[in-house]
Formats: sequence, C-alpha cells, structure tokens
Amino acid sequence: MLQPYPGYPEFEYVKPLSIEEAVGFLKDHPGQSRPYAGGTDCFMLLRDRRIHPKYLLDLKAISGLDQINFGNENGLSVGASVTLNQLCRCQALAEHYPVLAAAVREVGGYQLRSRATLIGNLCNASPCGDTIGACLVYGALMQIVGSSGKRSLALDCFFLGPGKTVLREDEIVSSLDLPLPPAGCAGAYKSIGRNKLGDLAIAAVTALGYPDAASPSGFSFRIALTAVAPTVIFAGHAQEILAEKGLTVESIENAAAEAGRVCQPIDDIRASAAYRRAMVAVLTRRALLSICDQLHISP
Amino acid sequence: MSERQIRLMVNGNEEILSVPDHLSLLRLLRDKLALTGTKNGCEAGECGACTVLLDGEPVNSCLVLAVECEGHRVDTIEGLSAEPVMQRLQQEFIDMNAIQCGFCTPGMLISAYALLLRNPHADDHAIREALLGNLCRCTGYERIITAVKTAAGKDR
Repeated sequence: MLQPYPGYPEFEYVKPLSIEEAVGFLKDHPGQSRPYAGGTDCFMLLRDRRIHPKYLLDLKAISGLDQINFGNENGLSVGASVTLNQLCRCQALAEHYPVLAAAVREVGGYQLRSRATLIGNLCNASPCGDTIGACLVYGALMQIVGSSGKRSLALDCFFLGPGKTVLREDEIVSSLDLPLPPAGCAGAYKSIGRNKLGDLAIAAVTALGYPDAASPSGFSFRIALTAVAPTVIFAGHAQEILAEKGLTVESIENAAAEAGRVCQPIDDIRASAAYRRAMVAVLTRRALLSICDQLHISP
Repeated sequence: MSERQIRLMVNGNEEILSVPDHLSLLRLLRDKLALTGTKNGCEAGECGACTVLLDGEPVNSCLVLAVECEGHRVDTIEGLSAEPVMQRLQQEFIDMNAIQCGFCTPGMLISAYALLLRNPHADDHAIREALLGNLCRCTGYERIITAVKTAAGKDR
C-alpha cells in the first residue's frame, strides 16, 4: 500500500519495567494506550493511521518475557517478547513442536523475524496469521495478566474476528503455554501464497494426527484452516471423519472435501474465494498424506 | 512535540541525540545522521531496503523506533564496508553484475553479510531464505544469489 503519510504519528513512548507497571498504566489510561513488543504489526497500524494511541507501551524491558522454557512434564512456555528468530533457533521447538517450528519460519523474512514475536502474531489476530493454526492444533493456552489478576485461556477461545481478540483494555499476554504433544503424533503445515517463499498465506492448512484410544480408529485429528474465514477455524466434520475411519484413501478425500466445504473464504487482492476453497481441499489432502508418511501408514 | 535524549552506537561511534518518540531508526539514520546508504523503499517492513544490523542482527529499520535503540548498537552499510566478508561480497556483486539501479543493494549486502557470518558455507536454499526479506525490481535475483554463493564459496 502506498505510504499515505511520512513516518509515524506522534505518540509518547513508555517503557514499563514490570508486568504490574504495564498493567497499571493500561488501567490508568484506558483507550489511550497500546502495548507492543516487536512492533511489526503495531507500527503498520500506526503508519496507516488505523490506531491513534497516545501512549505506546514497549514490553521488551519487562524481565522474563523474553524466555523460552521447556520441561518434559509441562511442555513449552514462550514469553511475550520472544522473537520468531529466537524460536527458529529453539531446539525444543524443533524437536517437540515441528509443525509450529515450520509455521514460524513462514512469517515474513529474516529481518522481520528478528523483531516480530509469536505472541504478537497471535494477538494481531489476522485471519491469515501463519502461526495461529499450529498453536491451535497443539492446544495452546494464553496466559493473560490484567488489573483484576491473571487468567489462562485456551487459544480456541481467544479470537473474535479479524484483528479482534478477547483481551481487555488493561490486559497483556505474558506467555503462551504449549502442553507436551501426545506421544506418536505427526503433523504438517501446508500453505500457499503468490510466490514460493515469504508471501502471506492465500490459504493454509495445519493438521495434527495422534494416537487416541478413545477414538474409533485409534487416532484423533486436529485440522485448522487459515485465511479462509474471519478467524482460523477447525474443520470439525473433517476431523470426525478421520477419527471414525482412520487414514484411508477414501477418508482423506472426504476430509479434504469437507474442509473445502466448511471454510468461508472471500475474494480479495491476493486470491478469489473459489481458488481458496479449492486450495483448502488440496492442502488438507497434502497435509494428511504427509501425516501418513510420517506415521508409516499406507492409506 | 517533546524530544528525549538517546545514546546509541552507530558504526562504532557513540551518538547522543535528541529525538521525538515517534521517529523511526530509518529516519534517524538518514535525516539526522546523513547516513543515506540505508534506503526507504516501503516503510512497511516488506522490501528490506532499510535493512541495518541492530546488535548484529538484520532488522528493518523502518520498523524500529530510534528511542528503542537507546544503549544498543547499529551498523549500516557505511560502517561495514571495511569488513573483509563485506568487501568480498561487494566485489562479487560488482563482478557478477548483481547491481542495476542499486537501490536494494545496501539491504541485500547487509542481509547477505549477516548470513555469511552465521552460516559461512550457506547453500542456495539458505541464501534464498536469508534474502527473502529483500526485494529487487531490477535484476531478477539470480545474479545476486550467485554473487552471495560465490562469496560463500571463497571461504573454503
């Protein structure tokens, strides 16, 4: 988009040193403050004059928010100011959450990932956010802090619409927690853009399959669809088909078709709704075949 | 519009400047320090023409505030040209005709330089991935990729 104004609008830069200070400031200046870490989405909203905060709160000075912690019992905890490049270099992420590791690499370019944060990508709540699907299929929990205390929220319940989350004015996300994935799980992130590397997703599918004794086929699945609805959505019926029948040629085709049916894409500058719908089916099939490959299943 | 004083290292020199909060690092470098090697292509974090090193890591300087750089180190193309790896890259760019209008070139060189420091024997895929955030409208990229590949090969 053409730069309509030179530089950024005026604001006051505030650098809280603790979460309490940050939350207190947000409470004391309602409707006037915007917290940020990397700034790669926030500054674009400022540049385009879509937001007009009087105060910009830089969360990067708050100690502890730049930490990634992994434990064999609790899984992974990613602090709010952890950058995407930090995550690209994280061994525990690559080993235990390979689908998220793959999705993180898809965001922008190296320079962007030096600043952009995972939590920022989630809070920006773009319908085509690359990391959202992976966080959803891994059952992520948002740890939120506000003036009335802390709350944990399943990521499934976090998004309200394009650019909209349930975060209240005086709340910030302090970390994202990913439970340890079920043993024997396999997944894939398949996205398509206008070029092979680096573009925003026109459509994307994140799929995870894992052994589940409670499921008729012995496996359960989570399939998240990106860029084809106001928020990233689950393909519930497709998941049921696969849980029922397992990974067979027929069930994969049916699941792919169902995923295509459930999505609600729009025409926009990057692609038509019809193309997106067609691609969702193709990407679902590819993701499921990748899972077959990893689990040594011949569908 | 109030200003605040910041202290940062730019190309090895300590700079003490008075800046408004909303000034980007890109505009600080170009407008206040006359370091115009860093270019303004989109001011949206998409083209990479504004790429500089912040504490050794490539960033889009259009997406960094000057006030965020208090106490940090910035290196621009002007400051890095004496580095051996950078000189090798620059020579390869010249020899391979990887420069046409030259607008993307400083950003390309900074991204490539940082790549070779962290991955001296970067292969084709690693180079393309590292330069993904640097757009070029003239060359079609192939000569740029070849130049970086050749510079990487010279370390062997």
